Amino acid sequence: MRDDRSLESSSVSDSGAHDFATHLRWFLHGTSRIFSVPAILLMSSFVGFAGLAIESGMTMVQTVFMTLVIWALPAKVVLIGAATSGATLPAAALSVALSSVRLMPMVVSLLPELKGPRTSRVTLLFLSHFVAVTAWVMAMEEMHAIPRNLRTSYFAGVGMVLVGTNALVVVAVYLLSASFPPIVFAALFMLTPMYFLTSLWRSARERAGQVAMIAGLVLFPVFHRLAPGYDLLLTGVIGGAGAFIFHRIDRNRLEAK
Amino acid sequence: MTWTSLPDWWWPFLFILLAGWLATDVWRFLGVFVGGRIREDSEALVLVRCIATALVAAVIAQLILYPTGELASSPIWLRVGAAAGGFAVYLATGKRVLIGVAVAEALLVIGLLVL
Repeated sequence: MRDDRSLESSSVSDSGAHDFATHLRWFLHGTSRIFSVPAILLMSSFVGFAGLAIESGMTMVQTVFMTLVIWALPAKVVLIGAATSGATLPAAALSVALSSVRLMPMVVSLLPELKGPRTSRVTLLFLSHFVAVTAWVMAMEEMHAIPRNLRTSYFAGVGMVLVGTNALVVVAVYLLSASFPPIVFAALFMLTPMYFLTSLWRSARERAGQVAMIAGLVLFPVFHRLAPGYDLLLTGVIGGAGAFIFHRIDRNRLEAK
Repeated sequence: MTWTSLPDWWWPFLFILLAGWLATDVWRFLGVFVGGRIREDSEALVLVRCIATALVAAVIAQLILYPTGELASSPIWLRVGAAAGGFAVYLATGKRVLIGVAVAEALLVIGLLVL
């Protein structure tokens, strides 16, 4: 798709109007990205997520519903954690909201890449739902090679194929799970924290991000003992604020040099 | 009002919509509305990212230290050891996610089979 120069130049020359077939072609280009390393990694972590959901007592329909309406994996895991720990609805919502704040800067930074001169806000609101770590990373890497007026079609393809396929992955794990030996559930459960641990460490933008990670890992057992039910919230706010203070001190020290 | 407060079939779905869908898409939609007005490198966004990261790290700790289901009956040192081992290999091999995850899984499964 990247060597398709004729398409790219034709899109530059006109005002942004393409026929349906061209949009469809780029949408399908987007869907073909299901065969890529990040997409396959994401699918394997959805296998793990489905295992986690089964072990936490969620039904198949509830888990598929979560996948479609929430999509972001950390938010779903936080929601399941809150639900099974007996958190109230407002506390669960606050935990999920805090774990998802990062979606806003991700959308903000994706917008200039994604939108063409005539992209409507409704289209952007719809497409923003597909923003989560994997789709965002893929879009940020690939958008520059897509003709600007066709980027929304392309991203719709990427987003919808990722959500749709992973919803099917969840269904498949639920249907097959009856025949799984217990050790498979244990191994599946472990996939999610390991995927988060490694991908989050790598994607940390500043050193404060890694400090925040270590703070979160260390503080959680402390708050779990002191204030069960609010452990996630307290760890996030206090660990995150601590990492931010580190970031300020670190920056001031650099500026002083 | 918790996950199990109401016996009705629709209650978990309402819970998911309010505590899940609303709590995530509100940020995505806000991102669309705020658009280019926030600078990617602003200090407020650094704080926001720090809190979000610490929260996900808390979830990681929760899953490894206090798992539910099958893994709950395994010894805590095995889970922590498998995760730490996988992470160490991940760091040593140039931060390859696939390798880190595979090593942790292998250590965990070997441990569970031997014990």
